[in-house]
Amino acid sequence: MFSGFMVNAWIVATIVAVVGGAVGFFVVLRGSAFVAHAIPNGSFAGAAAASLIGINTLIGLGVFALGSALGIGLLGRRGRHDVATALTLVFALGLGALFLSFTVEYAPEIYSLLFGEVLGISGNQLGPTIALAAVCLAALVLLYRPLLLSSTLPDSAHARGIPPYTAELAFLVLVALATTMTVPVVGTALIFSLMIGPPAAARAFTTRPLAAVALSIVIAVGVAWAAIALSYQTNWPVGFYVGVISAASYAAGRTWTYARTRRPRKRHRVVVEAAFTP
Amino acid sequence: MTLPGPAVTADPVAAHDAVEALRVDGVTVRLGGRTVLDDVSFQVGAGEFTGLIGPNGAGKTTLFRVILGLQQPTSGSVRVGDDRRSGRDVGYVPQKFLLDPDMPLRGRDLIALGLDGQRLGVPLPSRARRARVQDMVEAVDAQAFADERVGRLSGGEQQRILIAHALISRPQLLLLDEPLANLDLRSAQEVVGLLSRIATEQRIAVLISAHEMNPLLPVMDRVVYLAAGHAASGTAEEVVRSDVLSRLYGHHVDVLRVHGRVLVVAGTGHDEHAPLDDTGDGSAPVEIV
Amino acid sequence: MHADLAAIIAPGFFSSSSVRLALVVGALVAIVAGTVGVFTVIRGQSFAGEALGDIGASGGSSAYLAGIAPLWGFVGISVAAAGVMELIGIQRARGRDLATGIVLGAGFGLAALFLYLGTLSSTTGATVTILFGSIFQLDTSILPLVAVFGAVALVTILALYRPLLLVSVSPELGAARRLPVRLIGGLYLLAMALAVALSAVTIGAILSTALLVGPAATALQLTRRPGRAIVWAAVLGVGAMWLGILLAYDSYDWRPLHHGWPVSFFVVTLVLVAYIASRILPARSATRRG
Repeated sequence: MFSGFMVNAWIVATIVAVVGGAVGFFVVLRGSAFVAHAIPNGSFAGAAAASLIGINTLIGLGVFALGSALGIGLLGRRGRHDVATALTLVFALGLGALFLSFTVEYAPEIYSLLFGEVLGISGNQLGPTIALAAVCLAALVLLYRPLLLSSTLPDSAHARGIPPYTAELAFLVLVALATTMTVPVVGTALIFSLMIGPPAAARAFTTRPLAAVALSIVIAVGVAWAAIALSYQTNWPVGFYVGVISAASYAAGRTWTYARTRRPRKRHRVVVEAAFTP
Repeated sequence: MTLPGPAVTADPVAAHDAVEALRVDGVTVRLGGRTVLDDVSFQVGAGEFTGLIGPNGAGKTTLFRVILGLQQPTSGSVRVGDDRRSGRDVGYVPQKFLLDPDMPLRGRDLIALGLDGQRLGVPLPSRARRARVQDMVEAVDAQAFADERVGRLSGGEQQRILIAHALISRPQLLLLDEPLANLDLRSAQEVVGLLSRIATEQRIAVLISAHEMNPLLPVMDRVVYLAAGHAASGTAEEVVRSDVLSRLYGHHVDVLRVHGRVLVVAGTGHDEHAPLDDTGDGSAPVEIV
Repeated sequence: MHADLAAIIAPGFFSSSSVRLALVVGALVAIVAGTVGVFTVIRGQSFAGEALGDIGASGGSSAYLAGIAPLWGFVGISVAAAGVMELIGIQRARGRDLATGIVLGAGFGLAALFLYLGTLSSTTGATVTILFGSIFQLDTSILPLVAVFGAVALVTILALYRPLLLVSVSPELGAARRLPVRLIGGLYLLAMALAVALSAVTIGAILSTALLVGPAATALQLTRRPGRAIVWAAVLGVGAMWLGILLAYDSYDWRPLHHGWPVSFFVVTLVLVAYIASRILPARSATRRG
């Protein structure tokens, strides 16, 4: 499984996991699992359109991921955020169904777009994928501090010059960017599992933010490699393994948390005698 | 309309500090047809502990937002320190905050975010940074829990972390929005004691909003009483008086002092033994200690 | 006049039995989905609805593998998934999004597997049918099933109407009145599972949320009163469904491939357009006091 034509798969799987695991840290921090599910599925229409027109899939993915992100941001600003996310998502999926109905043999195409294909990336896409990943990671590094502050203490961030809406938009665009290059191979339907399972597990095992990011990446890479290997062996879709193994990592994290909080924590309480105020 | 209070105290140290920490000048805010704040003016000197007292809905949070630069006043101005108001020099502890118990963030990390959280990039580990954070941890007495997940701490502990987060950038002014509202009596006393110490030792002006002034009476240098959008400022003896508050509220209000505590009561105005419940003058609150 | 009508409604529309069946089934489903959906929006559970739809795809695809009607699979898995979500505490606010997403990922992953196995036995498999619906290929035997499942969902909602409304708006108030908040929430999840499963049969598993959430969200923009919103949601849902069916039928000759555009695309687009229109057009001054 490490022969020539699989090399691309391994490289891309690693990139996907690193980017997904890193961005996923913020997805979980902000409680935005639905958004992480919606944006990649929205990009599905873009991939369908790209193959229809005959341009690079990445361009289609990128445009529609960004469009979904902005749609969710705009519609969700005043109204119900979850409704905006749901409707943007299904509309984008409906568009995807439409575009694919314009092709002749569209069932297999839908399938691999949604659920991934081990050999789903061609050699000439590798370069742009690596470049995009570098940009995404650079953006993440730049946005790390202000996004962390805004995600945990939005009022304090606002007072320091970071309005919550700006942070939300930046986050949405970041997810769109991450989606664009992570979807091939894993598929639009299940890439989000990589962005929520591993980070959820990671934060159970550490209390420090940067360590949580690193651990999230490590777990995501593990999940992705296992998924590629198993998919290669059994021919079952990559997306299936990603979904199921991510769920297992989440369960592991949750079990660990449960086990730890049962033990009484030892703390040295400093007792302060309050002065009596008449 | 702001009723005249005395000028800044005659304390020689304060007079030496030529610059007030906060100067609010004729701030009026009209929102949606309602005048939320009407010509509010007051000053807070360096190191002064000031209470912004008033019933809920009086405009305290709006005033805070104006001071922080999050709300533009319809007229009037706000100056923090010697700059034209810049949001950076004000530390802010909001009233509501929700910290996820599963979040991978220690109290220490949250405090560190107060140092440079708004700057781009990833914080590089540095001894100086760690030392400053540790100083703040000790200043707010949080050594026992600074390394725990901040979302798992109690309300009072979280608040101390947030105070450290607000203070670490060495602001000239510290704003706290209703910090005592959800605390039990002992925690409230601890927090008040801590803030008073900080104000004095670090010469930071502290402005606390509260609808219940009694826990603050022992430590307040100055009161700014806000009712129906109008403010009066001065010492507690000068401001918390029946005639002053009645003019603020726009209807008769009695101020009773019982064992050193203050009771603000709505009354009919004819009767000295005013009934404790509001008999229909309006919506003045009854504060019972 | 006759010529105009013929231009809008392509010939053979009303005489086609599959169209007639689609209209009836579509209307029934839209009414159920709209009714249940009003509470979905009030409770902020769009993600849970979306999750049930996607997980339902694994039911539909396994039913296809087993050779039985997909509706059974949709219903069975959705209901089971609702149970699982209830067990892992989807009703508690903390970690709710995350848990929903994880279950969704695992369930949808299973759907991927079953759909793949389906392609092993037949060349096209069931991907398009299960995921995007096939309302013109329904069998008349589905009608009584839709009626029964739909009735169960509607009766659940209507029987629980007042307590459900109370605990949806304020769980604390409900608990104070000694209402079994958790049980009500669980029964509601059940009704939502049925509504989503029915919706999946018409416009596909991954698009089913559109019928659940879209008309309801639009209705709640038009009125604050839940009773009226339910009526509006049903009307809007049926409208979107019928118009979608009509357009899909008319599109049979359209480019590029002259085999028609998908019904689900039209329905979902109409639903979204209605929602955006209700957000942009300020027609709500009278109901602000409601």
